[in-house]
Amino acid sequence: MKLALFADIHSNLEALTACLEHAARLGAERHAFLGDLVGYGADPVAVLDLIAEHAARGAFVVLGNHDAAALGRSVKGLNSAAVTAIAWTQKRLGERQRAFLDALPLAVRHDDVLFVHASAAAPERWSYITGARQAAQSMRAANAQLIFCGHVHEQRLYYMGADAKPMPFRPVAGTPIPTARHRQWLAIVGSAGQPRDRNNAACWALADLERARLTFFRVAYDHARAAEKIRAAGLPERLARRLERGI
Amino acid sequence: MRTPEPGDEIDGFRLGERLHTGTMAWIYRLLGPDGPLPLVMKIPRLGPGEPAINVISFEQCRMVLGALAQGPHYPTLVAYGDIETTPYLVMEYVEGRRLSEWMREAPRAPEEVAALGAKLALALHEIHRQDVIHLDLKSANVLYRPGGEATLVDFGLAHHGHFPDLLAEEVRTPVGNWEYMSPEQILGIRCDPRSDLFALGALLYELATGRLPFGRPSTAAQLRRRLYLDPAPPRALRAAVPDWLQEVVLRCLEIDNRSRYASAAEVAFDLANPAQVPRTERASRSTRAGWLQRFGRRMSAGSFAPAPCPPLASQAAAAPIVLVALAFGPPIDSVGGGQSDEALCEALRRSVRRLCGADGRCRIACATVVPPAAALTGEGDAATATGRHIRQLVELRRWARPLELAEERLTYHVLESEKPVAALIDYASVNEVDQIFVAGNLAAEVASRAPCSVTVVRARPQE
Repeated sequence: MKLALFADIHSNLEALTACLEHAARLGAERHAFLGDLVGYGADPVAVLDLIAEHAARGAFVVLGNHDAAALGRSVKGLNSAAVTAIAWTQKRLGERQRAFLDALPLAVRHDDVLFVHASAAAPERWSYITGARQAAQSMRAANAQLIFCGHVHEQRLYYMGADAKPMPFRPVAGTPIPTARHRQWLAIVGSAGQPRDRNNAACWALADLERARLTFFRVAYDHARAAEKIRAAGLPERLARRLERGI
Repeated sequence: MRTPEPGDEIDGFRLGERLHTGTMAWIYRLLGPDGPLPLVMKIPRLGPGEPAINVISFEQCRMVLGALAQGPHYPTLVAYGDIETTPYLVMEYVEGRRLSEWMREAPRAPEEVAALGAKLALALHEIHRQDVIHLDLKSANVLYRPGGEATLVDFGLAHHGHFPDLLAEEVRTPVGNWEYMSPEQILGIRCDPRSDLFALGALLYELATGRLPFGRPSTAAQLRRRLYLDPAPPRALRAAVPDWLQEVVLRCLEIDNRSRYASAAEVAFDLANPAQVPRTERASRSTRAGWLQRFGRRMSAGSFAPAPCPPLASQAAAAPIVLVALAFGPPIDSVGGGQSDEALCEALRRSVRRLCGADGRCRIACATVVPPAAALTGEGDAATATGRHIRQLVELRRWARPLELAEERLTYHVLESEKPVAALIDYASVNEVDQIFVAGNLAAEVASRAPCSVTVVRARPQE
C-alpha cells in the first residue's frame, strides 16, 4: 500500500491541494492526516471538508494541538498569532466541521504503524520531538515499527540503532529511503501548510508499505495566494509572511 | 549460520568458487544463471557469534550500491535478497588488478604513483559527486580495470548523504581500516568526503615510500595519535620522491580537514599535472612537525574538532575547476582574428571574474593548444619548440594577471595537439573540469562535445 502522509496543514488549502495532487500522480492509495489541520491559515472550512471526504474513504486522521484549541479545549504554549488565528477559526467552523474534529482520536494504529500528531509517549501533552531523547521516548511508547507524526514542522527521520538510541536524519526530497522491517523508524513528515526551514515548498511524505520505502517530498504551491487570503482575512501579517518566506 | 559452499543454490543463483572470506562477509563467483555480466555474490556473516555490525554493514552496502548510478568506478548491483530471510548482494564481478599488487612492490616510481593515484582520485570524485563517501579505502578495495579506470569495491562502511547512516551509531570503536583512517573518522564523523582524501594520501604515501604513514596502530590510544602526529615527510624516507608528490601526499594527510584538498578532482588534477602543483612549505619539509608544535597539538587533541562536514555535493558543487580555452594555434593574439582579439580576451576575463566573484573556491585552468613541435615546418628544432612553449606560457600568465587571483587558484597549460578541440575535450575529461569558457570559432564544436557545461563567450560588437 502506498500511503500519503500529511501533517500540520494549518488551514492552507493551496498547499494541501498541491500535495494531494502530487500524491495522486505518484499513485498514493491511502492517506493519513497527522493533525493540526487548522490554525494559522485562512481556509479552515474548505480544508476540513476536504479531509473529511478523505476520512470517509478510509483516510487516517488524528487530532493536533491547534485542532484541540479550535474545539475550545485548553492547550498550552500557543503563541499570540496562533491564539488570534484560533479565535478567528472558531468563528468560521460550522457544526459539521466541529463534529468532525471532535471525533478525531489522538493516535491511530494500523498493523505495525502508528499515526500521532506529537509524541506517542503522551500524545495529549503535545511535546515536541526535537532530538534523539524525545524520539526515543516516543518510539519506546509507540510499540510500532513505523511511527508517523508531525507537530515539529521540519522533515526528520529517526531510526533506532542497536543501542536503543535513535539517530536523526535530515531527508533529501525525492530519495526513497529503504526502511528495513527489522528496525524501528519515526518519521516527522514536515509541515504541508506552514514550512519553516527557509524553503516555502510544502512538505509531505509517501510510505510504500509493501516495498518498505519512505520518500519525503517538497512541493511548490501557490503560497502567494494562501498568504493573500491570510491578509484579506485580517489575520496577523506575520502568518502571511511565514508562508512567503518559509520561516 | 552455515558457511555456504560452492555448488549451493540461493534464490536461483548457483555459487561457484569462494573468492574472499572477510570478517563481515563471504564473496563467491556465481555460476549461473547466464547473463551479460560475470557476477559475484556477497553473503554477510550473520548469526550467533558474529558481530552486529555485519548486518548493519550489509544494509548500508545495499543502500549505497543500490543508489549509485551505473558506472565504471564501482560494481553494479544486480540483485539482493531480503535481509530477514536470505540476505545477499549479487554484483558485477570486476575484472582487474588490485592496488595491493602494486603495493606489494612499493616503493614505486613517482610517475606510476601519480598515475594510479589520479585514477583513484577520479573514482573517488565520481562517488563524492553522488554524495557517497567510501570511508574504507585500502589497497585491497581498489581495482584497476583493463581499460585503466579505478573501481572501488566494498561499500560496507560507506556513507550516502541521501540515506540515514546506519553505521553512525557505531561511533565508540571507529570502524574501518585503522592504517588509513582520517582523524575525523577516529572521532566517529562519517560525513566528510575529505576523509577519503586522507586515506588516498596514506595510500599514495605507502606506494611512494613502501612505508605506512602511521604504522599499524593496534590500540585505540595508538590510533588517537593521528589527531596530533603528522607522518615523516616521504622525501625524508626516500629521496627519489619528487617535491610535488610530497606536496600532494602531505596535503591529503593534513590533520585538519580544512587544510586538505577541497575535492578529489583537485587531487586528480595535481597528480595529472605535476609541473603545476603549487609548492608550499610541505614540498620542502624534511622532518615532522617540531616537538613544540606536536606537544601543542597533543594538548589540544582532547578537544580536537574537525571542520563541519561540507554540504552535499549534489546540492552545492565543491570547488569547481574551470577551464578557460584561450587561443588555438600560435600566436596567442589570433583568437578571433583582427581587432577583436583583445576584446575577446577581455570578455573572457570578465566572465571568469564574475564566476570567481560568485564562487570564491573555483580554480581556473588557463589553456591554449598549439600544434605539436614536430609539425613546425622548417624550424622544427627543440630550442624553437621550447621557446614557443615559454612564449605561450608568458601570454597565458599575461592574460590572467588582471584577474588578480591568488596564485594557487590558477594553472597554465600549453597543450600540444593537431586537433585543438579534441585536446581541450580530453583535458576536460581527464581533469574533471566542471565548466569550460571558450571564445572564437571552435566554440560550437567544443560546446557540442564537452563532457561538462560550456560557456561560449563573445565580445560585444561595439567593443
